[in-house]
Amino acid sequence: MDKGLLPDRFKNWFDSRGWSARPHQLALLDQLSSGHSTLLIAPTGAGKTLAGFLPSLVELSERGSRKPGSIGSTGIHTLYISPLKALAVDIARNLDAPVSEMGLDIRIETRTGDTPSHKRQRQKTNPPDMLLTTPEQIALLLSDPASEKLFASLETIILDELHALVTSKRGDLLALGLARLRKIAPRLKTIGLSATVARPEDLRAYLVHQPDPALRAQSHVVQVAGGAAPDIDILASRERIPWSGHSARYALDDMYQLIKNHRVTLLFVNTRSQAEAVFQELWRINEETLPIALHHGSLDVGQRRKVEAAMAGGQLRAVVATSSLDLGIDWGDIDLVVNIGAPKGASRLAQRIGRANHRMDEPSKAVLIPANRFEILECQAALAASRRGDQDTPDLREGALDVLAQHLLGLACSGPLNADETYCEIRSSETYRHLERETFDRVLDFVATGGYALKSYERYARLKQDKDGNWRIAHPKIAQQYRLNVGTIVEAPMLKVRLVKSKAQGRRSPIGRGGRVLGEIEEWFVEQLEAGDTFIFGGEVLRFEALRENEAFVSRTRSQSPMIPSYMGGKFPLSTYLAKSVRHMLATPASWKQLPKQVGEWLSLQQQNSKLPEEDGLLVETFPRSDKHYMVCYPFEGRLAHQTLGMLLTKRLERLGAQPMGFVANDYALSIWGLRDLSTLFESGQISLDTLFEEDILGDDLDAWLAESSLMKRTFRNCAVIAGLIERRHPGQEKSGRQVTISSDLIYDVLRAHEPDHILLNATWNDAAEGLLDISRLGELLARIKGRITHTRLSRVSPLAVPILLEIGREPIYGEAMESILEDAADDLITEALGQ
Amino acid sequence: MKLLPSHMSDFNVVPVCHDIQINGQTIGLHDSGILWWPEQSTLVVADLHLEKGSAYARRGVMLPPYDTAATLEKLAAVVYAFDPARVIALGDSFHDSHGSDRLPPAYRAMLATLQLDREWIWITGNHDPIAPVRLCGEAMDEVTIGALTFRHEPREDDHDAGRGEVCGHLHPAARVRRYGRSIRRSCFVTDGSRLVLPAFGALTGGLNVMDDAFSSLFEPRRFSAFLLGENRLYPFTAARLIAD
Repeated sequence: MDKGLLPDRFKNWFDSRGWSARPHQLALLDQLSSGHSTLLIAPTGAGKTLAGFLPSLVELSERGSRKPGSIGSTGIHTLYISPLKALAVDIARNLDAPVSEMGLDIRIETRTGDTPSHKRQRQKTNPPDMLLTTPEQIALLLSDPASEKLFASLETIILDELHALVTSKRGDLLALGLARLRKIAPRLKTIGLSATVARPEDLRAYLVHQPDPALRAQSHVVQVAGGAAPDIDILASRERIPWSGHSARYALDDMYQLIKNHRVTLLFVNTRSQAEAVFQELWRINEETLPIALHHGSLDVGQRRKVEAAMAGGQLRAVVATSSLDLGIDWGDIDLVVNIGAPKGASRLAQRIGRANHRMDEPSKAVLIPANRFEILECQAALAASRRGDQDTPDLREGALDVLAQHLLGLACSGPLNADETYCEIRSSETYRHLERETFDRVLDFVATGGYALKSYERYARLKQDKDGNWRIAHPKIAQQYRLNVGTIVEAPMLKVRLVKSKAQGRRSPIGRGGRVLGEIEEWFVEQLEAGDTFIFGGEVLRFEALRENEAFVSRTRSQSPMIPSYMGGKFPLSTYLAKSVRHMLATPASWKQLPKQVGEWLSLQQQNSKLPEEDGLLVETFPRSDKHYMVCYPFEGRLAHQTLGMLLTKRLERLGAQPMGFVANDYALSIWGLRDLSTLFESGQISLDTLFEEDILGDDLDAWLAESSLMKRTFRNCAVIAGLIERRHPGQEKSGRQVTISSDLIYDVLRAHEPDHILLNATWNDAAEGLLDISRLGELLARIKGRITHTRLSRVSPLAVPILLEIGREPIYGEAMESILEDAADDLITEALGQ
Repeated sequence: MKLLPSHMSDFNVVPVCHDIQINGQTIGLHDSGILWWPEQSTLVVADLHLEKGSAYARRGVMLPPYDTAATLEKLAAVVYAFDPARVIALGDSFHDSHGSDRLPPAYRAMLATLQLDREWIWITGNHDPIAPVRLCGEAMDEVTIGALTFRHEPREDDHDAGRGEVCGHLHPAARVRRYGRSIRRSCFVTDGSRLVLPAFGALTGGLNVMDDAFSSLFEPRRFSAFLLGENRLYPFTAARLIAD
């Protein structure tokens, strides 16, 4: 160990604990003391966070102590930015011990959305040495006219969980904030803390000023070799593994046994409703009443804090959780992670497993529980990747234009904005390195007047140029609007869930004011409910009573099984890497012996009755079933790409006269059904499969469908909110009546008809193509299977097709046939309606 | 920006209506959201909300400035298709009192062309309580023609007022559910005595007919909604409709 780096006070503190500083902690200290921005890549449990803070703690300890009673420093020395506010709060608590035990005179504070306004105000006039906060708070601080003073003496920025931040619009917002901070304090150094990723060079570039779009500047890097290899198993259940579904109910007894055999178990699931279902089922069989808790993002905050505290205090034996727990919060003594359902990505799985065991020298222990047969293949592929140490983290994204619009308004709120200088500043960030001047100017024009070709709003402009040509906000109200709108997370509209007495049980009196709030639920989910429908929320079965303003009234019910299933699939599609592994596994019967026997038998049966999908080809099966004809294909490219493909193929088949009626997609396969005999249409050559899957399907067909698609409208709404075109809905506003809120759908329609090249429509398209449609992946698929499509005519459903057919009725069925649904609904009632 | 003559318009208007009886009169409901009274050669349109975009822009919310164009294009297509002797704009024709003043010259000319050779009545509404400026047509608070009375806001106070009342203001919309999916559309709503028209303007949202605002106008479950569709209307009795 280099004794010179660590001051005595720190050495003694380490010694007193019986610890010694780890080599990577010292290496990072060394880099920072030489003024180098540095990326630290380390597995969980390596003491990443302490390593990140060590350079600043050392630097501040050498600053000398302040006179008692003095106001303190004039500016912030160190910023710590984390994707989760809970994480910032947690870290502040953890720093408390070393700082006070070493007797360091360092003030550390947090600033999140929950920080009271008087404290936030005080932080501006009398800033702490270290501020622990989130990207949104950085944006807010930078929009303040006093931001230059506040950050002028900034030395270090620590970016925690950087791998998770950079792949979202929050990462774009942060990148823009960093560019501004570097301009205010050019000497500042950045530290990125990251889990292992596929492309570390992306993160290294993100950390530093980019002088030139052609060259990519990179930070230094400190890499910690992976700790002990994790000890991962796939659950070997004696139960029959289901064909489809996501509940993993077959493995409940196994789960309960695992919980009993370990101190603390963390059970990860992919969606909120899965968490609800597993939690409820576990309690049903919890004969020993083990303390098992539930944690997901929709639960009431107080409830979540309680679970977190109980977990940290060692009072729980198990927590069923969604990805709200995915990131690096220290959860104490977890000795087993159970991943229920498909891992979706190898790196994702590794990060989840890292949650168990914060001591990197011991292997983390994890059990994967696939919920169905396809998921077994996926788990097997993820397991193999984990053993090889392969990573499939997503690539860095191009900076989004709606985020840029928001940022530009924020900059103008902080003071006069010079377009030339700001353009250079923006381009100095990694994510906006390639931004063209013309695009920048259009975004600026959008912020000022809406950016319309029809220049009729000049007199209402939000930004106006002063005599020096700098842009200033036209009115202080604009800054207020900005502050209410800041951030890139546009939640789906949520309704509060409030407990009331059931109407069914008592008198017919109107429902009273009701009891406590259980949490929040998506508006679209409530919209599909009728009074009396039951569903699971917060670990219990609830009965929907009524909708009152922005609250869903519910009552408790004795019913055991909820009527309304709410599984809507995970947010994350199967990674390209895992998809490829699964295709390989399927095409290689020799590899099946590592799979459970029943799965091997299933695949052999497929081989006998139909064909196996080839690794780089596409198998298309057609068969009749009851009065319909089905086509099933197996691209293995993830549900988003499959949904897009399904939509496009249906359109094409409709034009070719095949009369498709609907389709359903999951991560592995796609099924389309219709009235005409698809087998004969394909075999006779009336419809050529090569033409059907021709790459030109991504051209006009896609444009035509998208224009009308509700998916585009949803995406547009998000972009419009982030860019500040429409105001965020804030709690309480709903009461003014829904007819006065302008529907973003209507704005979309008008804009598309009159100015289809508007910058916001461009931004919407970019978003949709990248995220929701997975266009690039679909393009790769179509190129890969070209000339390699195999059609097999079957007399009945094949073993491999069973899972996707079982999804019908569970997953939403697609098709844009709104008019025909209305027609069906209206026609049988038409006589009745007319008989008025 | 587009300002096309009717024969080049994007809106393909087939002047075929869904006939119903209101207070004994046979009138036609059209899928564009207008009412056509053949006996009087009268076309009625509600809640145009022209210049809504610029009304928001004044407050710093830069909605697309194309709503007036979109609304007028659609209106022109309908007016030319029916060629009525009289047009009644049923109030809230402009989003605010200054809306008619802000109306850009091109749209002003377009509207004037549309008004040629026909009587045009601007019923005042809560958004536009004064007569529009520098525009043809007569402004009035309400008008009674034969058995029908046309006013912006339905009268709740007087039970008899509903008889033969044709109004707008509420922007009715209805939701139906079928095959597990729910569909929400603008609609006409009537009990055979009173009729509420859907809002016609491009940026106008809708209020569900199951909302309390409608319960003082129609007896619960004793009314029908006619949902706007493509080239037709979809009739539903109240019992088949669901709240938002």
